[in-house]
Amino acid sequence: MSVTTDSQSQELAPSRPSWHVVLVRPETMTFLLLVFGLIGASLLSPFFLDVNYILRSFTLTAEMSIVALVLTLVVISGEIDLSAASNMALSACIFAWVQAAGAPLPIAVVVGLLAGLAMGTLNAFMSIRMQLPSIIVTIGTLIFFRGLAQVIAGDRSIRVPESFIGINTVMVAGVPLPVVIFVVVAIILGLVLGTTVIGRQIYQIGTNQEAALHAGIDAKRIKVGLFLLLGIVSAAAGIMAASRLGSVRYDLVLGGELQMVLMAMLGGTYIFGGRGTILGTFLAAWLLVIVSTGMTVANLLPAIQLTVLGILLIVAIIATNFIYARTQR
Amino acid sequence: MTFLRSIFARREAGILVMIVIFCLAVGLHKPQFLTGQSLRIILLLTPLIMIGAMAQMLVLVARHVDLSIGSMLGFSAMVVGLMYRELPDIYWLVGFPVAVLTGAALGLGNGLLVTIFKLPSIIVTLGTLSLYRGLTFIISDARQINRSVIPTELKAMSRTSPIFEIPWIILIAFGIALMTYVVARHTQLGRQIYALGSNPDAAPLRGIDVTKVTLIVFVLAGALSGLAGILYASRWGFVNPSNTGAGFEFQVIAAVVIGGVSINGGVGTVMGTVLGVLLLGCVAAALPLLGIPGSTQNAIYGAVILIALLIDRSVRQRGLASMSRA
Amino acid sequence: MTTGQPMLIEARGISKQFGGVEVLSYVDLDLHAGEIHALLGENGAGKSTFAKILAGVHRPTRGHLKLNGQPVDVTSPIAAQRLGIALIHQEPVSFPDLSIAENIIMGRQGGGLLSRVPWIKITTDARRYLDMLGVSLDVTRTMRGLSIANQQMVEIARSLASDSKLIIMDEPTAPLTPREVETLFDIARRLREEGRTIIFISHRLEEVRMLCDRVTIFRDGAHISTQTIDSISDDEIIRLMIGRPLKKFMRKHVATIGDIALEVSNLTLPGAFEDVSFTLRRGEIIGLGGLVGAGRTDVARALFGVAPAASGQITVGGTRASIQKPTDAIDLGLAFVPEDRAGHGIFATLSVEHNLTAAIPDNIAPGWFINRKLERSISRRSVEDLSIRLASLRQPIVELSGGNQQKAILARWLLTEPDILILDEPTRGIDIGVKAEFYDMIGDLAEAGRAILLISSELPELLSLCDRILVMSEGRVTAEIPRAEASQENIIQAAVPRSGMAA
Repeated sequence: MSVTTDSQSQELAPSRPSWHVVLVRPETMTFLLLVFGLIGASLLSPFFLDVNYILRSFTLTAEMSIVALVLTLVVISGEIDLSAASNMALSACIFAWVQAAGAPLPIAVVVGLLAGLAMGTLNAFMSIRMQLPSIIVTIGTLIFFRGLAQVIAGDRSIRVPESFIGINTVMVAGVPLPVVIFVVVAIILGLVLGTTVIGRQIYQIGTNQEAALHAGIDAKRIKVGLFLLLGIVSAAAGIMAASRLGSVRYDLVLGGELQMVLMAMLGGTYIFGGRGTILGTFLAAWLLVIVSTGMTVANLLPAIQLTVLGILLIVAIIATNFIYARTQR
Repeated sequence: MTFLRSIFARREAGILVMIVIFCLAVGLHKPQFLTGQSLRIILLLTPLIMIGAMAQMLVLVARHVDLSIGSMLGFSAMVVGLMYRELPDIYWLVGFPVAVLTGAALGLGNGLLVTIFKLPSIIVTLGTLSLYRGLTFIISDARQINRSVIPTELKAMSRTSPIFEIPWIILIAFGIALMTYVVARHTQLGRQIYALGSNPDAAPLRGIDVTKVTLIVFVLAGALSGLAGILYASRWGFVNPSNTGAGFEFQVIAAVVIGGVSINGGVGTVMGTVLGVLLLGCVAAALPLLGIPGSTQNAIYGAVILIALLIDRSVRQRGLASMSRA
Repeated sequence: MTTGQPMLIEARGISKQFGGVEVLSYVDLDLHAGEIHALLGENGAGKSTFAKILAGVHRPTRGHLKLNGQPVDVTSPIAAQRLGIALIHQEPVSFPDLSIAENIIMGRQGGGLLSRVPWIKITTDARRYLDMLGVSLDVTRTMRGLSIANQQMVEIARSLASDSKLIIMDEPTAPLTPREVETLFDIARRLREEGRTIIFISHRLEEVRMLCDRVTIFRDGAHISTQTIDSISDDEIIRLMIGRPLKKFMRKHVATIGDIALEVSNLTLPGAFEDVSFTLRRGEIIGLGGLVGAGRTDVARALFGVAPAASGQITVGGTRASIQKPTDAIDLGLAFVPEDRAGHGIFATLSVEHNLTAAIPDNIAPGWFINRKLERSISRRSVEDLSIRLASLRQPIVELSGGNQQKAILARWLLTEPDILILDEPTRGIDIGVKAEFYDMIGDLAEAGRAILLISSELPELLSLCDRILVMSEGRVTAEIPRAEASQENIIQAAVPRSGMAA
């Protein structure tokens, strides 16, 4: 390449055409997959044309999907948290245990939430204050939180009171409450990420933490805040799961970290930080519901679903890495 | 061991002291803990973790991590179990190469994903953790391999012994530790793994083929997990698609991190890892004696990993401080 | 002149381009066997690039090399090592967790991956090489925690282990104490007696004079002159290093200088800079000159709170300030355009717009939400004011040219309406045309009453823009030169370290 053309092309690099900008985005990929998934699934079974059926199926993973929304922010900021599923289990166990010990329900809920906050604090302390890689730290806390849940609950299930059971059967304008909560959380986080300064700074930290520091952005504070938020939201999600299931065991959403990471990755969040959207994770959550109910309807073993999730995770990372590498220098 | 002075030797001595103090403390309450019988129990708890820990140690030293070790163990065990079921007349020892090769193939899968697509190993192996587990269900049709299918000779390896009444599987585990020591310490490959983990940027400048070494490390991890898989069948006499090897990776990471292997690569000894495994074994053996429910084990593993991370960090910081003073 | 001595290296027409910019053009150089040869030149003159080409780190764009009369192609650092060429970096590359012995031997042994490591031989060999250098180190301990001087010794031992005929030392003395320098020089002389050739890259003329046989001077990527050290004076060397005719650029107006904006006294950060004091007034441009590594950037980072100083006082606008983090500095009206644009400046994959407004979150979000229209109009005005050339505000900033990226970073800070601007090498890697625009802008900013601290390694830039020039050397301010008295010669004189060998 000759010197002149090079400098000219640098001087006035044309921006990509807008159709290109819109089309070659990971969320577009997620959306198309969702559409194809729906079409395929409805060919498989007419159930899928029934909105209520899909909504009811969604309540099974709504709690994890809510956590995945917050996890998306954490990943965009350049960190990761693999302990959120264990947090859900431990918070739910603590909640159930406290109310089983005779505490009033509201107190039990508050204790559960505080437990989640404490877990978020531990992750934040280890990852941000002690500057250990969050990916390793949260593997440690993944085991630790789950282990504590086992200590509290043993191998028993702890029942929750009748009055608290059935969040998934509460309907708001015909839509199950967990789905409504998911949508509301998605809208709020989408607004925070897309339209506020904090959201902007989350992208900036994840893109280049040093540059963020030089621009006067307090990266540590924001990251600590995100870990705390994830902690308390996980706890809330755990308590919601307790309400849906009617009882709590230590193995609540065992292995759920995979699905949460998968939702974020499938929605186009970049594993190395700086890119991703709430919309992507939102769509990916629905996509996963279609895929897994599709597989259930097709009478596939639950285990095969595990295989599919594993493959999807790897393919999703490779695909997003590829798209980002192609569209941006 | 003249070479390994400085921090690591101290670290190993530290673990040894911890083991001794722990055993004495437990022994004070329950004297039967300090008998040969409980040593046997401890040793019988450890062979699988020992082999898995050797695998994970090599991976961590190369500055990677493998979360799929438990799933590779389960899959290999299942392949061997199916072979015994479908081919009842096959010579029982054939199971060993089959298990090892199966594991190696799965490890190669991890290695290729990491090297070709330049993906973080932790996310790749989080994916293959479920992928391989799911495949185990698929090949087994979600059914358990029962006791009657596993050859008697194989099961006997967990009880009978060629010498000193030490069961075969314990000897195999220590044999693997010894071999890992030789590879890590006395072969070019071993030194290149340490060099790669110690400074990945400098490795190619010193003629190290990073891709090749990384692939070998993941294949070795798979092969060792496969070996642990067939020993699982020997030890427990069955293979279950959902239980076999589940959570194994976490026990292994706990053992390795206690043993002083750094998550930042380049640091870790076989001796330390062996001691880490034994410490975990002591804890596991002591819990029932002390009347502490086995359900606390995972919490202890988790806490131990977190504490080991903090120790690792403070050791590193002292290293940095001494450098800036010099 | 020195014919008769056998030639070790003959370089002919060596050129190197990086991204369309020629950093080395048609360099011819002969190196004799058994000489110590100094490479001298200003920052960016091309001497390090040339050294890296010899050592296989870079491939030349054009030209060829002969080693002992045979044409050779140095394709990689390992190939260089096999050919007997070793490069010793200022901060040596090593495997901190491996033993010293292994670091000396690594990459030299052949054999397959499963071949045995001959520990006893490795240890005795390593010990022997270190003995040859007169260094006593326990070769079984790990590299981690070794002093830089000892790390260099290990690197030199490495080059002996691979029986290197050519050893390139890139500014080896900068991090060393005088005594360590002494030891290094003894070793270098001994290696010369063994018939090895050493290339010595340094800024310290005294050291060059003490150690070297011949000097080669580079300027602007070209070979200027090679002479025996005895036949050239220090002044002549400096003249050749600067050489180029001064590009005439003058500030249109010199601003009226006002009140004190920033006063710094006895600022110290151990290991980086010591006892730095100066005052900066409104409308004034102070230049901060010196060599790379003299501590100029560290002072800037301390003033901006990125890496605060350990002691000393900073007074902003008459009141004493405590600057512990960048937000403190921003609140006080400081702004800092860092030297490392890619690492510390831009958010590469984010849009130009988001890059521009990164430091003024409150302005673009008066309420809870970012006001896109407001942000757009603010950004658009910035783009017009600084005539940043782009296709769209939504473009990722990496798609812009270096000069326009730099303008965007400057624009980001101008939006904070700073009273004091710190510019660290603002025109590095920028086309000449855009450079001139920058000079105009900097002049205009001063005229508008802002105080400017300009760090630059380009002497013409300092001379034409600044009202006063401070020169730093080895962490200290060694000269303060008013505009009228400033010349390239007296800046270089103050910048080149002289204390090193006197002690």
